Amino acid sequence: MRVAVVGAGAVGRSVAELAGDYGHEVVGVADSAGAVVDGVAREGRREDEAGVDVAAAFDRKARTGSVGEASVESLLSGPYDVLVEATPTTLGDAQPGFGHARRALERDRHVVLANKGPVAERYDDLQELVADSAGELRFDATVAGAIPAVATVDSMGPERVEAVRGVLNGTANFVLSRMAAEGLGYEHVLAEAQELGVAESDPSFDVEGTDAALKCVILANVLRGGGVTLSDADVAGITDLPPSALSLAAEDGRTVRLIGEVTDDGVHVGPRLVPADDPLAVSGTRNVVQLETTDAGQMELSGRGAGGPETASAVLADVDRLAAE
Amino acid sequence: MSARRLSRWYASRTAPELLRRDGTDRPPVADHDTPGPDGTPGGDPMSDGERSTPDDEARPDGGQLARTHTVRLELPDEPGQLLAALSPIAEHGGNLLSVHHERGDRTPRGRIPVEIALECPPERFEDLVAALRAADVDVFGADAERYRDAVTVLLVGHVVDTDLSDTLARIEDCGAASVSDVTLDAPEGTDRPSSVRLRLAVEAGEAEAALGTVRTVADEKDLRVVEPLAGGGR
Repeated sequence: MRVAVVGAGAVGRSVAELAGDYGHEVVGVADSAGAVVDGVAREGRREDEAGVDVAAAFDRKARTGSVGEASVESLLSGPYDVLVEATPTTLGDAQPGFGHARRALERDRHVVLANKGPVAERYDDLQELVADSAGELRFDATVAGAIPAVATVDSMGPERVEAVRGVLNGTANFVLSRMAAEGLGYEHVLAEAQELGVAESDPSFDVEGTDAALKCVILANVLRGGGVTLSDADVAGITDLPPSALSLAAEDGRTVRLIGEVTDDGVHVGPRLVPADDPLAVSGTRNVVQLETTDAGQMELSGRGAGGPETASAVLADVDRLAAE
Repeated sequence: MSARRLSRWYASRTAPELLRRDGTDRPPVADHDTPGPDGTPGGDPMSDGERSTPDDEARPDGGQLARTHTVRLELPDEPGQLLAALSPIAEHGGNLLSVHHERGDRTPRGRIPVEIALECPPERFEDLVAALRAADVDVFGADAERYRDAVTVLLVGHVVDTDLSDTLARIEDCGAASVSDVTLDAPEGTDRPSSVRLRLAVEAGEAEAALGTVRTVADEKDLRVVEPLAGGGR
């Protein structure tokens, strides 16, 4: 497949770098300042002539701040089979990610999202566009990074998945794990996480539960066929938890995890008590998704929920699925 | 900062009320002299369901899911009787949660009623009761249909300043739950948030109602509730 990548952060970069290994060809990469587009790419030309020099583009970005001088518009209107949308997640109107997806679908091209905003905030709008398009929409990378949560729900059939629970934010889980293991306060552990690069300098999206809630909203849309946005979610974070909460839990063989839940009662995210040996009590930055199924009981998928290559693997798995159709 | 275990204080404070509400004014529910058809204690229609549930739950380390059980005994008013009754519980892996024992109360047979809440895997419970009987302890009720489930919650915030006794009393007033254990972890001074862990003994099917009360009380007092996950026997 000919892949165009919008967004050149950790995920977009990894998608561009790994696409060749998956047998796909990068025909464009865009960041917020510009784009590099395979200017001579045309339908029907030989495969070994095609593609963007990804390494050169990112060298240029390191030197000048952008992957290229071309416009994002030239990428969006260029020749690609799949648009990978990996710009930062935005709330509300989910722009510019939503607009990028719209452009591709209106051109009957496929869209693979790594950006949570469009499927969390405008799922119904996107599905309308999909209905009128020959292109398809995939977004497994938006939930729990490398873990194939959406694909697993899809393959089982959303109607056979009654509830989903999980640890969906590695930063918050790292902070809670360290607080429990070391008896340290929230601020102390957060500073450590920032030094390690596990937490961003503004960690509010992660520790206030917003990121986990977006992932739950996306899963809720998959289970219910749409109609859910972030405003429907009941969200609490971990910023006001004292170490004593974790030590009291530990004395009782339990721990506290920031758990996202999608059930018949809606979407809830907040710190919850879980048995220390529970499948949901993962440690460090690890994520876990637990499906409660109609016929097969509970099952858990655990793994890396963030990171460039990890999330790119989910993006490229979606591209593979589109190629197989 | 150190956790202060208040269960003893709490049990003594409310034991008469708990005994009245939970023990002496209702008939024994399980009649162990006439076992049910499958060998489970007779007279308790829920026993079978309870015994089969936890096995459905895969535990990663092979550990069994502990569950709260209630045992009611009658002891002669003689020294050492209570200790003799408690030993078989520990020997069979039971974790003692509370003992309600009022010397002033008497059963119609003139003995002292004792209600014991303990936690152990359901499959061990029968052996534990058998061991009590083997030790000549008079067990007249085991596992009422009330208080089948234990629910543990954390309250976080100014739990002391907002009158912990009142918080506990109001949770019990809802009628769906009895507070069986209270553990407080408060830092020195009161301006920093503290945490309290409550173990609630909850009637079958009433966990959500009990949690609803906890949420309401916590909300009024600006306390944070850390709830257990629903479902799966958690």
